[in-house]
Amino acid sequence: MSKKSLLNSKEIHIILHRLACQLIEKHNSFENTVLIGIQPRGVHLANRLVSILQDEYNIPTIKYGLLDITFFRDDFRIRQEPIEANKTHIDFIVENKNVVFIDDVLFSGRSIRAALTAIQSFGRPEEIELLVLIDRRFSRHLPIQPNYRGRQVDVINKEKVIVQWKENEGKDAVYIINK
Amino acid sequence: MNQLSVQHLLGIKHLNKNDIELIFKTADHFKEVINRPIKKVPSLRDITIANLFFENSTRTKLSFELAEKRLSADVINFSSSQSSVKKGETLIDTANNILSMKVDIIVMRHPNVGACDFLAKHVTAKIVNAGDGTHEHPTQALLDSYSIREKLGSVAGKKVVIVGDVMHSRVALSNIYALKLQGAEIKVCGPKTLIPKYITSLGVEVCPNLNEALHWCDVANVLRVQNERMDVNYFPSTREYSQLFGITKKILDSLKKEIVIMHPGPINRGVEITSDVADSSQSIILNQVENGVAIRMAVIYLLAQQIERN
Repeated sequence: MSKKSLLNSKEIHIILHRLACQLIEKHNSFENTVLIGIQPRGVHLANRLVSILQDEYNIPTIKYGLLDITFFRDDFRIRQEPIEANKTHIDFIVENKNVVFIDDVLFSGRSIRAALTAIQSFGRPEEIELLVLIDRRFSRHLPIQPNYRGRQVDVINKEKVIVQWKENEGKDAVYIINK
Repeated sequence: MNQLSVQHLLGIKHLNKNDIELIFKTADHFKEVINRPIKKVPSLRDITIANLFFENSTRTKLSFELAEKRLSADVINFSSSQSSVKKGETLIDTANNILSMKVDIIVMRHPNVGACDFLAKHVTAKIVNAGDGTHEHPTQALLDSYSIREKLGSVAGKKVVIVGDVMHSRVALSNIYALKLQGAEIKVCGPKTLIPKYITSLGVEVCPNLNEALHWCDVANVLRVQNERMDVNYFPSTREYSQLFGITKKILDSLKKEIVIMHPGPINRGVEITSDVADSSQSIILNQVENGVAIRMAVIYLLAQQIERN
């Protein structure tokens, strides 16, 4: 198994600030915008972005929720190992809001497909955008593309992208692992 | 573990502690789902479920049906009063006929003890016991424990008294198994004639005095007197029963602490419990009903997970 570093903590720091600025450019004061972290791995990225927006760019009130997509997946009863659900925490209605989905890696696009269905349980958004840290090119099964991307990479199928966060794994880093 | 250790839900007796924890964890997620503006998930859209009710039911039947529909399953309902059972069809024949219409899960209530175990041995579908005679009613016990956990934080170490017709109650037996598994202390209280002789072999204590039992407990689970299952008189009169074992506001007010009151329904107001107690803030009877849907969604979801997609 080989491990190749894709991003180090300094690069991630720069990318997060760029993504935050791109969000501000589009959404200004976030008055009609809600950020939705996709469980489980998108939540760390979403938490980071929210704290950068609040602390460093002085945007005091950001509506922010967590969405679990387990019950909306299209591979229930097909996967070998059943997936354990995570907590959904959305205490607002997304009716007529601009929703930004936040996830760490965009691969087949199937998680985002599930998230697009799941979010409808909370109303009909005006618009939905997608922000990802890593966009794996040429790997999509569905016609889904991100609006904001941290880094685009070409990864062949047997390789895996691993995103690590300081809060969980001790340091911020992105690796490509060849299994 | 994220899979149940059993293939069917026939009784709490067959479950282990991890199964109960997994069901509760899954139910937590479904409880959040049923409080959304749109209370439905598409997980079971290719699963068909038959609800076979050979005995009357209001709450359980509606709760199961709602749980199944919230998971997007296709549901067919059957009650014995309007069926060919009256014409002499056997249980296996009835079930196999329904299964040949491509049904994946059967939820069954039956007046005979062991009917679900029997069916599980003879048909290919997943079986969920929704009450078999005086034997077990596993989803009720799960939702009771889940409601205690929600109200008091945990079940372990809590003192629970089961009051009333323990002998004819499937709720009592399933509750005893479930509470024991989670480390609660249990006493049963009721007329001596309605307490089974070997109940202490399950690790519960018998307390014939209601006042004493209520002083001891954190939670009182009150049962209905099941007149329909009684072929002889077990106590002299309903009036005497309610005087000795009916829970009143006066008794509750005399206790030093506030205990939690539960009832699996249907309630006979004024017999085992007075209206002011049933409707008081101490009572979590309606929370039990709400939790019932989440628990049944969890059980059906976890069993459906084991069905291979063709």
